[in-house]
Amino acid sequence: MSHKVIVPIGPYHPLQEEPEFFQLYVEGEKVVDIDIIIGYGHRGIEKLSEGKHFDQVAFLVERICGICSSSHPYAYVLAVEDLLGGEVNVVPERALYIRAIVDELQRIHSHLLWLGLAGHFIGYNTVWMWAWKYREPVLDMFEMITGNRNNYAMFKVGGVRRDIKDEDIPILKKTLDELVPAVDMFRGAVMDDPVIKARLKGIGILTKEQAIDWCVVGPTARASGVNIDVRRDEPYGVFDRIDWNVIVEKDGDVFAKTMVRILELYESVSIIRQCLDKMPKGEIDADVKDIPPGEGIGRVEAPRGECFHYIKSDGTNRPIRHKIRAPSFMNVASNKVGAVGGTISDATITLAAVDPCYCCTERVAVIKKANNKKIMNGWDLIRLSQEKTNKLKEGLSNARDK
Amino acid sequence: MDLKTRALTKSIWVFHVSVGSCNNCDIEILDCLTPRFDVERFGIQLVGSVRHADALLITGAMNRKAVPRMKKIYAQAPKPCVVVAVGQCALSQHMFRDSYNVGEPLDKILPVDLYVPGCPPKPEAIIAGIVKLVNKIRNKK
Amino acid sequence: MDNMRDKIKEALGNKILEWQENSSKRIYFTLDKKDIFETVRFLFKDLGLRFSTASSIDTEKGFEILYHFSFDKAGEFYSVRVLIEDKKHPQIDSITPIFPGAEWIEREIWEMLGINFIGHPNLKRLLLAEDWPEGDYPLRNKHEP
Repeated sequence: MSHKVIVPIGPYHPLQEEPEFFQLYVEGEKVVDIDIIIGYGHRGIEKLSEGKHFDQVAFLVERICGICSSSHPYAYVLAVEDLLGGEVNVVPERALYIRAIVDELQRIHSHLLWLGLAGHFIGYNTVWMWAWKYREPVLDMFEMITGNRNNYAMFKVGGVRRDIKDEDIPILKKTLDELVPAVDMFRGAVMDDPVIKARLKGIGILTKEQAIDWCVVGPTARASGVNIDVRRDEPYGVFDRIDWNVIVEKDGDVFAKTMVRILELYESVSIIRQCLDKMPKGEIDADVKDIPPGEGIGRVEAPRGECFHYIKSDGTNRPIRHKIRAPSFMNVASNKVGAVGGTISDATITLAAVDPCYCCTERVAVIKKANNKKIMNGWDLIRLSQEKTNKLKEGLSNARDK
Repeated sequence: MDLKTRALTKSIWVFHVSVGSCNNCDIEILDCLTPRFDVERFGIQLVGSVRHADALLITGAMNRKAVPRMKKIYAQAPKPCVVVAVGQCALSQHMFRDSYNVGEPLDKILPVDLYVPGCPPKPEAIIAGIVKLVNKIRNKK
Repeated sequence: MDNMRDKIKEALGNKILEWQENSSKRIYFTLDKKDIFETVRFLFKDLGLRFSTASSIDTEKGFEILYHFSFDKAGEFYSVRVLIEDKKHPQIDSITPIFPGAEWIEREIWEMLGINFIGHPNLKRLLLAEDWPEGDYPLRNKHEP
């Protein structure tokens, strides 16, 4: 017996009066305006940071977002090391390679996660299951290196906390090798399946001018032709010693954003392989003791874009100011132009395409502009999106049968 | 132990709520559905509406904006309903306890039946926790 | 790439009250807050720098805002520092009319520190709950949680 199971993701609430994340105002099928309300995840981390000493802050910022769990600590330690004179002057070389490996593994797991969710939103639950199935070996690699599938506790000011054992390296390489055919499969699926292409092409376009005006970052920017990537613009770690490419597309639609992420998967695999080969023996921690007064800025290219941390120290062992700007802060705001003008059946995938923390996209309400009445919630939108795919599939198979 | 609660344990329908989490626990909960862990073979299913829920899976440190929402959702869940706190934040608010933007801890607002510690707890831990809870409910007189 | 530094110094002249280079990639310069709108317009529109974010801090001398601009081609950061001395009625020109990407961060600074952004098109709460007490600014130093 087959039954259609729509698996909802995220916090739903069927109540009419609840404030939602994205409020889409519609006229008929078209989205004419959008109100974005955030703050449900706000835990006052910047203030908490002022009460912790520099070593503890790394653990705190790991938990800003579970998906880019290594980007925030990396950007944070870079900010402190900037204050100290620069990462390359403080951190031992082996630690730089380990940082790159952890960071790129995180990119792989994050992009695969997004791919799965995007697949689910457009009704391809198989894509979801396969993407997340291939994500598991990546999490295994994390567990092997860091001891945990998520929240790696690897970064500290002056180095990393754990080393990669020589005997683990062949297993890591083998797992990476096995990942590449899977990425080939996803790439083939996205590029060759006419229905997926129809669902993603021309949808949610963010033009280059809009991308610049809204100051977006990461794949969201690169898909619109804005050629920025912190790893190349201000190389941190070992990114200036490794061969790799920045992936840029120009159409700015969801298809372009998908392709950027898929192609970045290949680059990440290549980067990790090179790091595993080139990593020298040596210390992994510079054992930094005191942080002098000063200011520091650190930024890394998280899977979603530039992750920015600013630290101000007065010479005590705690920061007096810690400013954190996650990439999604810039990207999600751009939905104001990216999602407007599209239809409601495309709304879910458009909002998801900038890759916010996943539960954001479900917290959606559709409001009829004429009378300000809420007519749909996030779950309805996902269902609409999946129905559109089914209709397209039917249309295509009917055309084929003629 | 009444019939309703025992019946619930045959095939638990779970509704997931995040009240200010970093999403790690949420992803691990979703991971339970994916091929490696595949909890649907135990009859455990995620549902889209709290009105169909047998169990509430709650993650997050209880953001202030979320407190009234959490209370409303619990009120809407048909009783009996078991409440599962997943992850360190839901257990004890973790390192966000002193923040200006977190409200009371979850178990001061709702009765919690199961605590699954971890940051995030592995899918195996979440499944083990639910199995423990199911057994406890079934064995109660 | 000293070109960018020269362009900025030349255009702003003695509007620059202080110029500080922490490293080859980290340049901080201080302006009077009345010059912020024109300066940001110049940096963003004329020089094509990317706005990364703004950070703010409560100091004894006043509220300090740092506007962080990225010169991606050289990997340099130009951070514009302004000081708002009046802590009772702190305000500064909004830069959101220049580009919409600044809207959210100005809202955040407003609700965290209480600085009014003159000319902001949508100055309302971003992160805190609707019923958060008026006049309670979490990032001000005397804040008790």
